Amino acid sequence: MTLNLVWFILIVVLFSGFFLLEGFDYGVGTLMPFLDKREEKRTEVIMSIAPVWDGNEVWMITAGGALFAAFPHVYSTMFSTFYLALFLMLVALILRGVAFELRGHKTDGNWQRIWDAAICFGSAVPAILWGVAVTNLLRGLPIDANMVYQGGFLDLLSVYSIVGGLTFFFVFAFHGAAFLTLRLTDHDLLESARSLGVRMGLLAVIFFVACLVLTYMETDLFLSTPAVIFMLITAVTFIVAWLRLRSGVAAGKSAFALSAVSIISVTVAFFLGLFPRLMVSSLNPEWSLTITNAASTPYTLHIMTIAAGCLVPVVLIYQAWSYWIFRKRITPEDAHKAH
Amino acid sequence: MEALLLSRWQFAITTIYHFFFVPLTLGLTLFVALLETCYVRTNNPAWKATSRKLVKFFGTIFLINFSLGVVTGIVQEFHFGMNWSEYARFMGDIFGAPLALEALTAFFLESTFLGIWMFGWDKLSEKAHCACIWIVALGSNLSAFWILVANSFMQHPVGFAIRNGRAEMTDFASLITNPYVVGEYSHAFFAGMTTAGFLVLAVSAWKYVHDHASRYAFTQTLKAGSVFAFVGIIGVMGSGHMHTQYLQQANPMKLSSMEALWETEDPAPFAIVADINQEAQRNDSELTVPGLFSFMLYNTPTGEVKGINNLQAEAVAKYGPGDYRPDVKAMFWTFRAMVGSAGLMMLTILITAFLAWKNKLAKCTCFLRILPFLMPLPFIANSSGWFVAEGGRQPWIVVGLQKTAAAVSPNLTGTDVFLTLSGFTVLYLVLIFAALYIAFRFINRTSVTTVAEGSDAK
Repeated sequence: MTLNLVWFILIVVLFSGFFLLEGFDYGVGTLMPFLDKREEKRTEVIMSIAPVWDGNEVWMITAGGALFAAFPHVYSTMFSTFYLALFLMLVALILRGVAFELRGHKTDGNWQRIWDAAICFGSAVPAILWGVAVTNLLRGLPIDANMVYQGGFLDLLSVYSIVGGLTFFFVFAFHGAAFLTLRLTDHDLLESARSLGVRMGLLAVIFFVACLVLTYMETDLFLSTPAVIFMLITAVTFIVAWLRLRSGVAAGKSAFALSAVSIISVTVAFFLGLFPRLMVSSLNPEWSLTITNAASTPYTLHIMTIAAGCLVPVVLIYQAWSYWIFRKRITPEDAHKAH
Repeated sequence: MEALLLSRWQFAITTIYHFFFVPLTLGLTLFVALLETCYVRTNNPAWKATSRKLVKFFGTIFLINFSLGVVTGIVQEFHFGMNWSEYARFMGDIFGAPLALEALTAFFLESTFLGIWMFGWDKLSEKAHCACIWIVALGSNLSAFWILVANSFMQHPVGFAIRNGRAEMTDFASLITNPYVVGEYSHAFFAGMTTAGFLVLAVSAWKYVHDHASRYAFTQTLKAGSVFAFVGIIGVMGSGHMHTQYLQQANPMKLSSMEALWETEDPAPFAIVADINQEAQRNDSELTVPGLFSFMLYNTPTGEVKGINNLQAEAVAKYGPGDYRPDVKAMFWTFRAMVGSAGLMMLTILITAFLAWKNKLAKCTCFLRILPFLMPLPFIANSSGWFVAEGGRQPWIVVGLQKTAAAVSPNLTGTDVFLTLSGFTVLYLVLIFAALYIAFRFINRTSVTTVAEGSDAK
């Protein structure tokens, strides 16, 4: 197995971890204002992710860093191509990150409502933008022989990419709702998370089917049998997850586990559909960025493989430990103490 | 051309803004970790209760600062690809590695253990909780180390070969042992200690004067903070001096620009002030100390220092026609702003240390009233320091290998960058005011009393 392939797999792992973990953070942040009007109840919701969201976000930063180190041409082309989209994402992530910190320092209603809105915006926008990015990457972008994007921001918007964006939005919202059913104790809050999650999940199923149809029409993903298999796994696990959450809060655990599987498998399907490309050129297939022509030297890949091989397991262990520490459900008293 | 200029502004604004928070994070994690260690180890019940509140007090200020540092750090990482894709392409084989290693070794550590520290007060033993903040401090320093490894390559490239139209890594070990890293990292580390120490002094002085119930607690932090800041300022001056001597070999153009030395001289004078004329490539008038520049570099009052004009001629011979001079006027004055602020800080720290350790604080409250208003000093020093470091390598983005003008993303229009530059600037301004408002409000409203009960820090 070549190092290029190792790094392709590692990129898949990092993006899977990112979507799995930040997926529910985005979902929780998006749903939070709609679960309860009372600020102390919203605090309970936020506390379910407060100790871990920052660590989860590092999965995205690491995925970006890994792309830079292993496939610098992909990093260069992708980040400059999505320039204005990434600007929007950065604004959202900045607002969200600062909001988590500043919201709790003042309990007067307006102050908290402003930051609630920032958290909601800052969670919803990245979710949508990742969907837009993923669909654009699958369909291909006007990339020239020098790996430079030949379009503008508006070229990134199409029916397919907007459907993709909304699919991600609803999937993450569902995923976040399922996560909340595992983390809260307040009965009303649990029930409103569940019912909102079920509605989001239904929309997610509808948009996912639409997205699959468009993927079939617009991309070559269905030419790859493994990708199709993983898409099927995604569809089945997500629908079962939705049915589980619909059946009641008590089934939250299996609903969350299944939605986690569906998020990982859709990420795998996406990368399998691209393989061995990482960015598809719609102008000329020869100009696509692949794991070979976009990669770093074998020397750099070698160093980075050793480093990642030693570090990723350690990171997984201590991150798992942090989830273990905060395994107890959030009670109204916890939120009260935080105020 | 427009996209290039605006991208440079955007990067500069983001870097400077990001670097308001980074040194404070570096220093304050260490300060809070030391304070929490005192809390864990003390047997004195009164100090135990007080120090716990102090940990939470400075911990809260740290967290407000940290949140802004984190979010602007993401912008930094994205910027290399968004605005500087040709740089990322040319340099990716080398530059990507330390960035990925920073995420893997530092960001995960910092964010995960900070989460545990923030919310784990009742869930962990005292010692385990204290260990978490030490791990955060380690993570912050690893982060600084890796990013300065990357930056040092831009200043002084080592361990590479130009192949396949790009710079390729040939020796990872020499990349991380680049002598430039030693100077940059030690300077940044001690600058962090100084900034945090100075903040501790300013906040403590304010509380000492305006909150009588908290006097005991903040007398302690004035004592501890003045020692901490003193170590920092000595370190920052020492490392800065060593690094400047090293610049003489590593980047003489930057060095001579800092001092506006146009012609090669032996012994070289040190200009205290100068009226710099960049077009005519000379100083129209200047006030100098003879031989001092040579003395600073060689520890003896003699020795040749190359002038900007001679270095320019050498660069033309080596790289072809072009202007290889940084903006000398800006370099000269920002360097002086940095050194001047450091001098004032040193003075302030010494006076505070004297008053605190000689128990004369109560007699000199007028000094303590002024102290909080000196808080901009470390930030002026940090910002101008980065300006000198980054402005001094212009017109290069990687000295000798790639020019800044060749590094910008070719697909960007001026409008694209104008939109994002305005957007980021407005957002940064709004957020700094929101964060300062909350920080001031918190500091004013929170008492750190010596009784075990009473208002808690959070």
